[in-house]
Amino acid sequence: MKSIVIISSITVLLLSFKQPKKPQSKIDSSPQASINRGVAVYRKECMSCHQADGGGVPHLNPPLSENTDVLGDKKKIISIVLKGMEDRIPLDGEYYSNSMASHAHLSNLEIADVLTYIRASFGNKASAVTPAEVALVRGGKKK
Amino acid sequence: MYKNMFFLFLLLSVVVATKASSDTLIEKQRNLGVLTENAGLKLPVGFAAIVAIENAGRARHLAVTPQGKVYIKSGKLINGKSVLAFKQEDASGKLAITQSFDRIAGTGIAIKNGYLYTSSNEEVFRYKLNSNGDVEDTAKAQRIITGLINRRQHESKSIALDNAGNIYVNIGAYSNSCQEKDRAKGSKGIMPCPVLDSAGGIWCFKADKENQTYGDGFRYATGLRNVMGLDWNTQTNSLFVMQHGRDQLYQSWPEYFDTTSGAELPSECMYELHKGSNCGWPYIYYNHLLHKKMLAPEYGGDGKKEGSNEFQDPVVAFPGHMAPNALLFYTGNQFPSRYKNGAFIAFHGSWNRSPLPQAGYFVAFVPFKNGKPSGDWEVFADGFAGKPIINSTRSAEHRPCGLAQGPDGSLYVSDDSKGTIYKITYTGK
Ligand code: HEC
Repeated sequence: MKSIVIISSITVLLLSFKQPKKPQSKIDSSPQASINRGVAVYRKECMSCHQADGGGVPHLNPPLSENTDVLGDKKKIISIVLKGMEDRIPLDGEYYSNSMASHAHLSNLEIADVLTYIRASFGNKASAVTPAEVALVRGGKKK
Repeated sequence: MYKNMFFLFLLLSVVVATKASSDTLIEKQRNLGVLTENAGLKLPVGFAAIVAIENAGRARHLAVTPQGKVYIKSGKLINGKSVLAFKQEDASGKLAITQSFDRIAGTGIAIKNGYLYTSSNEEVFRYKLNSNGDVEDTAKAQRIITGLINRRQHESKSIALDNAGNIYVNIGAYSNSCQEKDRAKGSKGIMPCPVLDSAGGIWCFKADKENQTYGDGFRYATGLRNVMGLDWNTQTNSLFVMQHGRDQLYQSWPEYFDTTSGAELPSECMYELHKGSNCGWPYIYYNHLLHKKMLAPEYGGDGKKEGSNEFQDPVVAFPGHMAPNALLFYTGNQFPSRYKNGAFIAFHGSWNRSPLPQAGYFVAFVPFKNGKPSGDWEVFADGFAGKPIINSTRSAEHRPCGLAQGPDGSLYVSDDSKGTIYKITYTGK
C-alpha cells in the first residue's frame, strides 16, 4: 500500500515538473478543455457542499443537478459564485439552511471553467460560460 | 493532456493514501460482534429490529409515553400537521396513527410529568396528556418559550427536561466558525464572537411558565456550535450534549489541513454540562487523535497550536462530521446489563468529508459506569444508508435522527429521510 502511494506521488512530482507553463493567451478555450479544468476547481471549491454527484445535501446545500438556475441565466450563477448566496429563498421549491461564501478569489477563467463543467455534468446540458462573461459580471475589478 | 494526466495521478494518489490511513477508527468500531440483520439493519448478536412505522414525514425527534404511545415531530408538514401520534396495533410491534396536530414544523419533542413538549425553530409548546397518553386537546397548545433566534443555519431547537422543573433548549450558532465572512476561505474569526450572546449554547427556562424569552431564561452553557442531541442523565443528575463540530477545516484553511485531516477533524464531542460550562466554540476545536483542544485557524491556529485550557474537555470524542443528531441514556431493563446507563448516539451521517467517502449513518453506543464512559465507543446499529459506501449524502437511503426508549426498554430510532421508525429489541437469540 505504502509503495503505491510513494510511486504515485513521485509520478505526480515528475509530471508536475514536466508540465509546460502555458502563457495566458494560449489557454484552450474549447468547451471540452474548459470542462476538464472545471473538474479540478469543482473538487477543490464546491464539492464539499454540493457533493460528488452534484446532488447537494438535503435541506442544507442545493443540488446543482436538475436545478433551474444552473441551466438558466448565466449572469445569475456567475454572480452567485462571485458574491456568495444567503438568500434563503426556496430553490426549486426547497429551502437550504447553509450559507455559500463569496468565491471572488477565483479567477475569471476558473469561474468560467467550473460553471461550464457544472452546466455540462450531473445530467445538465447547457452552454459553456466564458471568462469574458465572468469579467462582465465582475465589473471593473480585473482578475 | 499533461494536465489531465497530472490530475488523474493526483486523484489516484489521494484515493490510495486516504484508503490506507483514514476511516480505520470507524471500521474498527464497526466490526464488534455484528452478526444479525434486521429490517435492513446490522445489530449486535441477540438484538432484533422491525420497521414500526413508515412514511412519517421528515421524522426528526421522537418520544414515547409510559403507555407506549409514540410521538414524532416532523421537519415538514404532513397534511398540514407536524406531530404524529402512534399506538401499538398488535403483537407484531407495528404502530398505527392515532392523532396528528401542531401546524409548525420543527425538530424537538419530549415527554415530562404528563406533558408533551414540542419545538419549532423559534418556539417551544406543550400539550397536556391524559391517562392513556393521548393529547387531551390538540387545539390547546401552551406556548412556553418564544422569540428564539432562527437564521436558518443550525436552526433546530432540540430540547430536554430535568427532574426539577427546567427545560433546556439548544440555540445553534448561525455560522460555521464566527468568521468575518461566514465560510469564506481564510476569513478571520471575530473576537469576541458576538454570536455567543444569543446562540451557540444551551439556554434554560422554566418548564411550566408561558411565553418566556431570552430575558426570562438564562444561558446555561456556551461555546457549543450546534447541539442536536441532548439528554438529562438521571444517574449523574446532569445534562449531556453532543456537539456538531465545525465544518471546512480543509476547505477554508488548505495551508494547514489536507483532505484527510479535514475529514477526520474536528472531533464530534460529547460534553457533560454544568451551569456556566464553556466548551470553546468558535475559539477551539477538539482533536481526538491527539486528545487535545486545538486553537481554531480563524483565531490564529495552524492545526498544531493548542487551545486554551479555560475550555471544557469532552467526555467522549468521535471522528469528524458524522453529525450526532440524538443522544439517549438507556435506563431500561430489556437490554443486557452492560447497556444500562450507557449512551446511544444517532449519527445522521456526514457531508463534509469529501473527497473521502462520507461517514456516520449509524447508531453508536458508549458504555458508562458511575456516570463516566467505561469503554470505547462502538457501532450499535448500522446499515441505515442501505449501501456500504456513501460518496454523496443524498444517496443514503435512511438517516438516523432521533432516539427514544419505550416503556418496555425497546429502543426507537427515527429516520428523517424517508420517515421510517425502527424498533430495536433484545431477544437474546
Ligand atoms: C459552504 C458550502 C458551499 C460551497 C463551498 C459552495 N456552495 Fe454553492 N451554494 C451553497 C448554498 C447553501 C446555496 C444556497 C444558498 C441559499 O439558499 O441562500 C448555494 C447555491 C449555489 C448556486 C445557486 C443554486 C440555485 O438554485 O440558485 C450555485 C449555482 C452554486 N451554489 C454553485 C457553486 C459553485 C460553482 C461553487 C464552487 C465554486 C459553490 N457553489 C460552492 C453552498 C455552497
